[in-house]
Amino acid sequence: MAVEFKKEAEGIYLLNVKGYVCPHPQLFTKKSLEKMKSGDILNLVFDNPSSAESIISMCEAEGNEIMERGKDDSGMRWRIKKA
Amino acid sequence: MASTEGEVSAVLQSTEAAETNRERRNQMWAFGIVGFFALITIWSYAVDVRYVYLATYIWFGLVYGMALQYGRFCMASAFRDLFAVGVPRMTVGIIIALVLFSLVSAVVTGAGESTFHPIPYGYQNVIGGVIFGLGMVFAGGCASGSLYKSGEGTVASWIVILSLSFSQTWFASAGGWLNDLVPASWTASAAAKNLPAVLSPTNGWYNQYMAGYIWNLRATTVAELTHIKSRYLAAFVGNSLLNTIIPAVFILAVVYVIWYRKSHLKNIAKTGAKGWRAELRGYWSMISASRRTAIAGLVIGVAAGLHMWVTEGLRHVFGVLNAGELLQAMGHTSGLSIQNTVFDPGYWYITTQEAQWSGWLLHVLGVHDMRNIFYGLQNGLPNPLLNPPGWMSIAIILGSSVMARLSNEFRLKLPTLETAIWALLGGALMGIGARIGIGCNIGAFFIPVANGDPSGWLFGLGLGIGAYVCVQFYNWWINRQMAKEDIF
Repeated sequence: MAVEFKKEAEGIYLLNVKGYVCPHPQLFTKKSLEKMKSGDILNLVFDNPSSAESIISMCEAEGNEIMERGKDDSGMRWRIKKA
Repeated sequence: MASTEGEVSAVLQSTEAAETNRERRNQMWAFGIVGFFALITIWSYAVDVRYVYLATYIWFGLVYGMALQYGRFCMASAFRDLFAVGVPRMTVGIIIALVLFSLVSAVVTGAGESTFHPIPYGYQNVIGGVIFGLGMVFAGGCASGSLYKSGEGTVASWIVILSLSFSQTWFASAGGWLNDLVPASWTASAAAKNLPAVLSPTNGWYNQYMAGYIWNLRATTVAELTHIKSRYLAAFVGNSLLNTIIPAVFILAVVYVIWYRKSHLKNIAKTGAKGWRAELRGYWSMISASRRTAIAGLVIGVAAGLHMWVTEGLRHVFGVLNAGELLQAMGHTSGLSIQNTVFDPGYWYITTQEAQWSGWLLHVLGVHDMRNIFYGLQNGLPNPLLNPPGWMSIAIILGSSVMARLSNEFRLKLPTLETAIWALLGGALMGIGARIGIGCNIGAFFIPVANGDPSGWLFGLGLGIGAYVCVQFYNWWINRQMAKEDIF
């Protein structure tokens, strides 16, 4: 298990940071979003609930939109659109 | 077509049923945990009224754990998320808790019911803070944060707690090469105190650090320094206003200017607001941004103050100064220090009782003994079943579990190998930093600051420096990992 960051399609990226605790999920998310272009989508998979709070605040401050917050037994699947 | 629709609705129904089942199971767990503590309380009370002293730690622990989980209240995050991702949420939460706690504490101190003793101040507060600050960012949570995360099912946090426990037991008694690092003046000063030889006062780094250095330092509170006669006024003006509220307002202003102002002004640019009113509105919107964090801060602040009051009240009732006397009177003499005491701070504390878990285990296994100042003189090594603050830590973990279960957030989460290694390293650094700084983010920062002890700010400064350095390291580390992916 390691970090997975890949391009799923044009303008759509996947970041999988399951098994990582603070601050890795929020730092990886921040750096991934920085690399992406405006309007690109990030599919974020993580399982550390505390990182969720930081990612929400981070997106609010940057104006990035969290379009979907999925949650199941194995963790969280969020879709974030870069502003 | 009809059969496909039928299949879909069958799948939906079974998912719903599974969800309801999970919710029910989680609720049963939550009630089970609270019931377990209620049973212990009632049963021990029936055996001997004096066990209520122990139960007090349990129930306050439960409140701390629930509030920590509800607000995702972690002091590592207060420093780290500011430096790493520019999020001030947790810094604000801690400050709210500090201010409220300082006000409740001032009442308790004014009434003469405070259990607080100031920590000796010196450069060691900062050094301990730096090591602890590095550790908490490596570990992904501070001492209290790791407890609530353990209760949420994060296995990495269990590793942190184990590492924090064993590193302290090692550090408190280790000699060998560590002896070479002891200044001769410490050894001489420790020897001059004529301590019983059974404590090995002139052997081991930590023994000589305590007896030859720490005990020679002064400790005070701002209330004492003000020389105000009225105890209430001294506590409110010295401890609460001067040591907590004024620095808190200032710190929030700095956080606002550096981390919040820009995005706030950008967000309100459309409304045309500017000037002082816009800035004040921004300051307030930063403070009120996270309701959950603020509520958690409020509960923790008030509970931490009441905890001191209730414990001191029980000490009066039972006519004791320390839980060790109660244990002895009830016939539990094993694991008491040579002063017949055990660790019993009378307020929220984390690290020492967790050190005692590993200390006790190694003692039982015959690997470790109490011939040192930390266990032999100061804290004892009681059976974990009779360790009052030890029960508080267990209750914090399970209190967090109760909240996590009730909101269906409990999940067993296994760490990656990398996370496990950071957890081990972070826990060990926190353990060593806590022993040097005489406490963790709670015992050496949160509690002292709100009780007028300036040493808490020195430890806090160290936490900030350590966290900043570790965030820079992680920035470099993560950039390196992302560069490997090479998809841009």
